Amino acid sequence: MAAISREEVAHLARLSRLAVTEEELDTFAGQLDVILQAVAQVGEVAAADIPPTSHSVPLTNVLREDVVTPCLTPEEALSGAPDAEEQRFRVPRILDEDVAS
Amino acid sequence: MTDVTAMTATQIAGLVATGAASAVEVTQAHLDRIAAVDGRVNAFLHVDTDGALAAARDIDARRAAGEELGPLAGVPVAVKDVLTTKGVPTTVGSKILEGWRPPYDSTIVERLRAAGTVMLGKTNMDEFAMGSSTEYSAYGPSRNPWDTDRIPGGSGGGSAAALAAYEAPLAIGSDTGGSIRQPGAVTGTVGAKPTYGGTSRYGLVAFSSSLDTPGPCARTVLDAALLHAAIGGHDPRDSTSIPAPVPDVVAAAKLGATGDLSGVRLGIVTEFGGEGAEPGVTAAFNEAVDTLTKLGAEIVEISCPHFRYALPAYYLIAPSECSSNLARFDGVRFGLRTGDDGNRSLEEVMSLTREAGFGPEVKRRIMLGTYALSSGYYDAYYGQAQKVRTLITRDFTAAFERVDALISPTTPFVAFPLGARTSDPYQMYLADLFTIPSNLYGGPGISVPCGLSDGLPVGLQVMAPTLADDRMYRVAAALESAVGTFTPPAL
Repeated sequence: MAAISREEVAHLARLSRLAVTEEELDTFAGQLDVILQAVAQVGEVAAADIPPTSHSVPLTNVLREDVVTPCLTPEEALSGAPDAEEQRFRVPRILDEDVAS
Repeated sequence: MTDVTAMTATQIAGLVATGAASAVEVTQAHLDRIAAVDGRVNAFLHVDTDGALAAARDIDARRAAGEELGPLAGVPVAVKDVLTTKGVPTTVGSKILEGWRPPYDSTIVERLRAAGTVMLGKTNMDEFAMGSSTEYSAYGPSRNPWDTDRIPGGSGGGSAAALAAYEAPLAIGSDTGGSIRQPGAVTGTVGAKPTYGGTSRYGLVAFSSSLDTPGPCARTVLDAALLHAAIGGHDPRDSTSIPAPVPDVVAAAKLGATGDLSGVRLGIVTEFGGEGAEPGVTAAFNEAVDTLTKLGAEIVEISCPHFRYALPAYYLIAPSECSSNLARFDGVRFGLRTGDDGNRSLEEVMSLTREAGFGPEVKRRIMLGTYALSSGYYDAYYGQAQKVRTLITRDFTAAFERVDALISPTTPFVAFPLGARTSDPYQMYLADLFTIPSNLYGGPGISVPCGLSDGLPVGLQVMAPTLADDRMYRVAAALESAVGTFTPPAL
C-alpha cells in the first residue's frame, strides 16, 4: 500500500507554497512514497521512554551584553529585495480586494 | 619557480613568507589554472578575479611593510557558495538566489580574510546543499577530475573538484550529512567536518540548522588542520557556537605525520560491515586497517546497534528543519520574485516564485519535512526520529568509552557516473550512509584518501568524540604518512 497519495502530495505542495505542476505531482507522489516507506523504519525502534534530541549542543538562553553594535543600513538591507519603496519591502497585496477596500 | 598550483598550502605559505613568491604571483597562477581547466570541471560558479588580486596585493604590501602574517597568508582558497560574501554573488546553487549579492560576510569568510588567505571565488554545490553529486545544482554539475564522466560527490563537489583539479590548494565546505567528507572521498582529497558548534554558522545559508557544520577541505591533512584552526572557534553571532577553544588540530596533524599510533585504540563499527559497501571500497578499507595496525593502532570491533537507523532518522530530521528554514525564500526580502502582475495575491506570487526558483530535490525535501511535521504524523516521524537521534548519540558515547575514535569507509561506493542515481532519490541518499551518524551526534569526522578501487579514490573516515577534533587529525595524518597522497590523471 502506498504511504502517501497523490492528493496528499497536492495538499503538502499547497502547505509548502509550491505551485507544482500536474506532471510534478505524478513524479513526486511516487518518489515521496519510496522515501517515506524507507524512513518509516525509525518506527521499528523501541523508544517510548527515550527523550528526544533536538540539538547536539546543550546551550540555552545564550545572551549578550545589551550594547549597540554595527548593523546593516536600510539601503543595504533592501539591496537584494525584488521591490522596495520608501525604505520598506514592497509586497503584492495581502488582503482580498473586498476586505481591503 | 616550479608550478605553485601543484604545491600544498603549507608550501605556498612558505614561499610567500620568505618572499620567494608574491601572493599576486601565486593567485595569478591559480586564476590561470582555473581559466585553463574549469570549462571541463565546472568547480566554480563565480571567479572573483579582481577581488582575489586585490586581496593578494594587500598581503604583499603588508608583508613588505614588515607586518607579522599568519601561517596561511597569501594562500588562495575556494569557498562553497553556501557562505555569504559581501558584494560577491552567493547563489547556494539555486535559481532562487541567482544574482544575489549579500550585504554582509559570513564569519568563516571574515576569518579567512583575517588569516590573510585569498578568496578565488565561489564553488558549485547541490542546490541548498541537498545532494551527493552536485547534479542538483541549478547551474549544471561539477565533474570529477579523476574521470570527468563521473560525479565529484556532493553537496560540496565544487570545492572538492577544485582541489583535485589543482585550481585551489584550500577550500571551504559545509557538512550536514556528509557534504564535506563524501566529496573528499570520491575525489581523493581531505575533508573534515568539525564538531558541531566548533565553526560558526553565521552567514551560512541554512539547510538543517541542528546539523549544518562548515569545515575545511584540502589535499593534505596538515593543510586541512591549518584551515580548521584559521576558521574555527567561538562566534558570539551564532547562538549554537560552542564557547570553548578549538583543540590543537595542527599539532595533532604534525604528531600523526610521525607515523606512530601506538597506544591509540580504533573501533570498527560492526553494523557498517553488513551494510553493503561495494567490494572495491571494502578491500581498500581493509588494507588501510592493516596499515593502521602496522602504525601501532589497536583495532577492535564495536557494535553501534542504532546506526542502521541513522539514515532514516536523518531523512526525517533534515527535511523537517529544511521545510522550516526555506520558508524565508518568499520573494519578499531577497532573490527571485515571479508572477507579480499586480493582480495576484502575495500567497499566489510566493507559490509561483518558489515553484520557479527551487529545483526538484529541494521541493521533495520541503514537502517531506512538511509531512513529517504535520499534526497526526509528528510523533511517528519527526518525534520518533529525534528519539533515535538520542540512541545514536548514546551508541557513540558508549563506543568512546572503549576506543579513541571510530573508523569506516567514508562512503559505500566510489564516484559513480553522472546520471546514475538522479532518477531514484533514495539511491542518492545512500551515499551518506556512513557519514550521517556523526552529524546526528554532533561529533567531528574526517575523510582521508586510503587507496584506489579500479583507479578511483576511496576515503577512510575517522570519527571522534565531540570537541576531540584533534584525535581524528592525528589518525588521518598517520594514515596519510603511510599511504601518501593521490594525484588524478592530467586533465
